[in-house]
Amino acid sequence: MAAVADVASAAPIRVEVTRKIFPAAGGRDAQLVLQDVAFEVEPRSFLVMTGPSGCGKSTLLNIIAGLDTDYDGTIDLGPGKDRLTYIFQSPRLLPWRTIAENIALVLPEGDPRHANIPEMLERVGLTEAATAYPERVSLGMQRRAALARGFILEPEILLMDEPFVSLDDPTAQSLRQLLMDLWHRQPTTVIFITHDRSEAVQLGTRILRLAPGQASVVQDAQVNLTNAQRLDRAAVLAEQTRIFATA
Amino acid sequence: MAPVSTQTSSTRGPASAGLGWFPALERLGWVVASLASLALLWQVVAMTAADPRLFPGPAAVFGTMSGLAQSGALWSNISVTLERLVYAFSAAMMIGSVIGILLGTFPKADKFFDPWLILFLNLPAIVTITLCLIWGGMNQAAIVTAVALNKIPNTAVTMREGTRGLSRDLNEMAEIYKLGWWKTLRHVTLPQLAPFFAAAARAGLALIWKIVLVVEAFGGNGRGVGYQIFIAFQEFDVATILAYALAFIIIVQIIETAIMQPMLARVNRWRR
Repeated sequence: MAAVADVASAAPIRVEVTRKIFPAAGGRDAQLVLQDVAFEVEPRSFLVMTGPSGCGKSTLLNIIAGLDTDYDGTIDLGPGKDRLTYIFQSPRLLPWRTIAENIALVLPEGDPRHANIPEMLERVGLTEAATAYPERVSLGMQRRAALARGFILEPEILLMDEPFVSLDDPTAQSLRQLLMDLWHRQPTTVIFITHDRSEAVQLGTRILRLAPGQASVVQDAQVNLTNAQRLDRAAVLAEQTRIFATA
Repeated sequence: MAPVSTQTSSTRGPASAGLGWFPALERLGWVVASLASLALLWQVVAMTAADPRLFPGPAAVFGTMSGLAQSGALWSNISVTLERLVYAFSAAMMIGSVIGILLGTFPKADKFFDPWLILFLNLPAIVTITLCLIWGGMNQAAIVTAVALNKIPNTAVTMREGTRGLSRDLNEMAEIYKLGWWKTLRHVTLPQLAPFFAAAARAGLALIWKIVLVVEAFGGNGRGVGYQIFIAFQEFDVATILAYALAFIIIVQIIETAIMQPMLARVNRWRR
């Protein structure tokens, strides 16, 4: 991983959520979702949050993203807060705009980065699909377009919520490699959610495991893999066994 | 790294490119054959009718139509009615859309005003028409208001439905990517409402062109297709009634084909 820290992004992201409650609605009681979750994310690290479904991972990510402001606690995103990108679980492309238009839309008019769009499309393998509408291409291609849309902004903070879920294995694997490739070119602080342990180990430099029920951190582990080892299934599996056996 | 080229499916272009004008011609052939059969059936029934004045055949009706066209009465009455139709349609679409979008956006307002909407939806057209003409007099504004009032509640309901269905996912996307209000409105919100607007417009045209004739019959003040039909009714002049009806059907069908259908096709072009 690239470790060229500049002064602007040297400060870590600080997350502290003391309490998050879903209010009672539609016959369901109020529900305590998060309690006393606190951690820091080093600049340009790749943090993976993992845990069973319904443990509050996505809620936590929405809070970090600023989409959910109804919680007790503080989030300090540091100087990178204005360059934050969120890649959602579903691609969330505008179906009535072509793939290239969807990517161009997030850049202001006249932004010099418009010139980078063809190269970005090339990198994610969507050059030929650039003028297609999202619903006319496969889910894997839509996810690649969502990645390209996020990366064209050259974000300092990148939040990702299971962006490769419900894809067949080769497609998911190719997208993971694409993500690693893009992350090496544009070092970014990443917070990535998954419940796939192998994916967690392959991508992350650090893994946070959240407990079921009201999410709290139960394990905080560094991933000790070189970039080459991350492409080696056996090495990934060994590291996965080491990390996940300890809890 | 290599695997970026693993495309799991190819892109599909617009369907049926390259077939040219032939299917259009075939479709036209069916329409012509169908209408010709109807005219033939009409002619046969007309020939067996006891009083040809009460059941004129197609030839008689087209003769009347051509007479009306030559005297200038046909077009002058149609243009008066079309003008009212355009005003009432525009007013109903604009006012109905604003009401519908507001109700769809603010649930409390929706709860409060929903019974009003139901009341107006179920108010018989004849009641709104007579009340408008009694209160407003036999003038253009009262006629246009009477017509528009019959469509506003339907438009409001359709647009409310569209607004309620706006995607929260896409709004969050717009927020995260800092699109701003103008880009969000233009690229995220309006495209989601467009199919509802198109559906309301299409249904609106179908309703309004019928209502406008009824209003004119009541308060046409001597002008308009509806009023001419009302006069013809008093004289049992069926040929004139059918001539105006046919001419107006042709005009409305042209609006439907030339404006409404391309509009619907355009707002739906991205669908798979």
